[in-house]
Amino acid sequence: MTVTVLLFASYADTLGASALDLDVDVGATVEDVLGRIRRMPGADRLPATPLLAVNERYAALDRVLEAGDEVAVIPPVAGG
Amino acid sequence: MIRTRLVDQPIDVAAVLRDASTTANGAVILFLGTVRDVNDDRPVTALDYSAYRGMAEHEMASIAQEAAERFGINDIVIEHRLGELALGDASVAVAVAHPHRGAAFDASRFVIEELKHRVPIWKREHYVDGTREWVDPTKTVVEVPHE
Repeated sequence: MTVTVLLFASYADTLGASALDLDVDVGATVEDVLGRIRRMPGADRLPATPLLAVNERYAALDRVLEAGDEVAVIPPVAGG
Repeated sequence: MIRTRLVDQPIDVAAVLRDASTTANGAVILFLGTVRDVNDDRPVTALDYSAYRGMAEHEMASIAQEAAERFGINDIVIEHRLGELALGDASVAVAVAHPHRGAAFDASRFVIEELKHRVPIWKREHYVDGTREWVDPTKTVVEVPHE
């Protein structure tokens, strides 16, 4: 199945993309997707535990994904 | 009125204040976050803000709702501006009104602290030498907030 990964701000710069589609196994978790992202060039600059979201809500690593889900890797927020 | 939004134009501070003001309230607190000309001793010439829009809008609405319940507030307006801002521009406006000042001050502080902690908005500083850098308020590992 396919999920969409969104990257923002410094992470988009570091990984050279702001959105990508990933084919993952049925039953894949957020942690599985993060593992795939960690194999991308530049990913060594990501922190050990980046903030993550699924479909616009903060999510934990063990969240099981469904086809079409939008997984976001969120840099430290700096609003205000 | 409770309303929250992201804007791409200068924040209409008068409208923010007006929308939080009713005759039922005896206190209105207006907080503005503005672009400062220096950060960590480094001169800043401008800022640009970007966001994960849908999620940022959701989180702002959640924060307003939480503040309403926690402090008994009926009137909260939160606006955050995105795009490039000049020195002195308002990046965020929070107006909170309540019959009494104590709850209004407390709710105002709650809203801006929660916004800075969890709304997915990022800012990049522009420096005198033309370089730009994303601001990382943590500089360390961040815990994952859960709803």
